[in-house]
Amino acid sequence: MRHLITPLDFTTDELEKLFDLANDIENNKSKYSKICEGKILATCFYEPSTRTRLSFESAMLQLGGQVLGFSDAGSSSASKGESVSDTIRMISAYTDICAMRHPKEGSAMVASTAASIPVINAGDGGHQHPTQTLTDLLTIRSLKKRLNNFTIGLCGDLKFGRTVHSLINALVRYPDVKFVFISPEELRIPDYIIEMLKEKDIPFEEVIRLEDVMPKLDLLYMTRVQRERFFNEQDYVRLKDFYILDKAKMKLAKEDMLVLHPLPRVNEISIEVDSDPRAAYFRQVKYGVYVRMALILTLLELA
Amino acid sequence: MLNVGKIEEGFVLDHIPAGKSLAIYHHLQLDKLDCTVAIIKNARSNKMGKKDLLKVECDINLIDMDVIAVIDHNITVNVIKNGEIVSKKELILPKEIKNIFKCKNPRCITSIEQELPHIFVLSDGKKEVYRCKYCEEKFDTRSFF
Ligand SMILES: [Zn+2]
Repeated sequence: MRHLITPLDFTTDELEKLFDLANDIENNKSKYSKICEGKILATCFYEPSTRTRLSFESAMLQLGGQVLGFSDAGSSSASKGESVSDTIRMISAYTDICAMRHPKEGSAMVASTAASIPVINAGDGGHQHPTQTLTDLLTIRSLKKRLNNFTIGLCGDLKFGRTVHSLINALVRYPDVKFVFISPEELRIPDYIIEMLKEKDIPFEEVIRLEDVMPKLDLLYMTRVQRERFFNEQDYVRLKDFYILDKAKMKLAKEDMLVLHPLPRVNEISIEVDSDPRAAYFRQVKYGVYVRMALILTLLELA
Repeated sequence: MLNVGKIEEGFVLDHIPAGKSLAIYHHLQLDKLDCTVAIIKNARSNKMGKKDLLKVECDINLIDMDVIAVIDHNITVNVIKNGEIVSKKELILPKEIKNIFKCKNPRCITSIEQELPHIFVLSDGKKEVYRCKYCEEKFDTRSFF
């Protein structure tokens, strides 16, 4: 039995198969609409994340399966002090597969060792969120038709941004990917990632202003720059516009560049960009459902 | 009078960084054995200036040598038989260490679920890096002294 706990649990070959399946689901939805009949997905959310939970539930419902679960710790047995291991044993008796979100790091891994059903990590604190990474990869692969040979800009909070770190770790497994890190000094990419890139001899550069690098990017991954991450208000006011994507900055970009964002956005992408054909962040949400559908089928061995 | 200079059967841990012998004494759980243990602090050393030594009069197989490897690879383990050093035991970094060190990451699942074993896994043999099996936080070998 397999689980998905970290984005690197699947080899690149296994990911190819998963993404092919996701694209087949995208193009032949009716073929898959009853495939999970009689199966139940548990969504065990110890902290609320409506977006992720709905994506999982939509995925299972579109496969003809059913869902049950809880959406915050207060309504679960965790509030009575039950351990993750005991909860997953109970859930294993009720359902066929489980997506778990928990504020503590390593919780999904603990669940997977006690479970008798496949466990999908739907986020364990600031640690891993593998289905977001799979969503990002599927979006790039589907829209760019490749996962190699491009220059990707990662913009915003690169220090605390878990999705960014996971995406980098996943992308370094593919050839000819160049990285451009765009962030204020305070929110630079962590040293351990820089060291890893140097060790693997992967080209990267670090810049402060998004405008300076726009023309060379094939992909732009935007993240939010939060006010509270700055040391003082002056720095925030001085720097924030560098990290807001608007029409003027889009003019500098390639015709076929794509803009991705894990969502929710606040103001880092101006709404005037939404109508630009290069804005791919809402299509990304759809790929999030397709990749979860493919993942459920793969882990249930129904694919 | 107790002779701390020589032991008949047992082992000597040499080249312990000065001041660390007591921490090692506890991590090896020597307090739970009823054999003779001599702790020598601040002995002179050509190599290190000052060093600590631990002389333990018990079967070396009763001790978890993995702990020493994780704490400090440079510590030497001399096996003593009939008052003589008969061999030096090589320290090999264990792939996994269980329930000896605790994960100190406050965001780790082990911080709220007490019954979970604390496990560290060797993630980089060259750099001697261990990571918590659950949260993958790096284990800092200096942190437990
Ligand atoms: Zn931990």
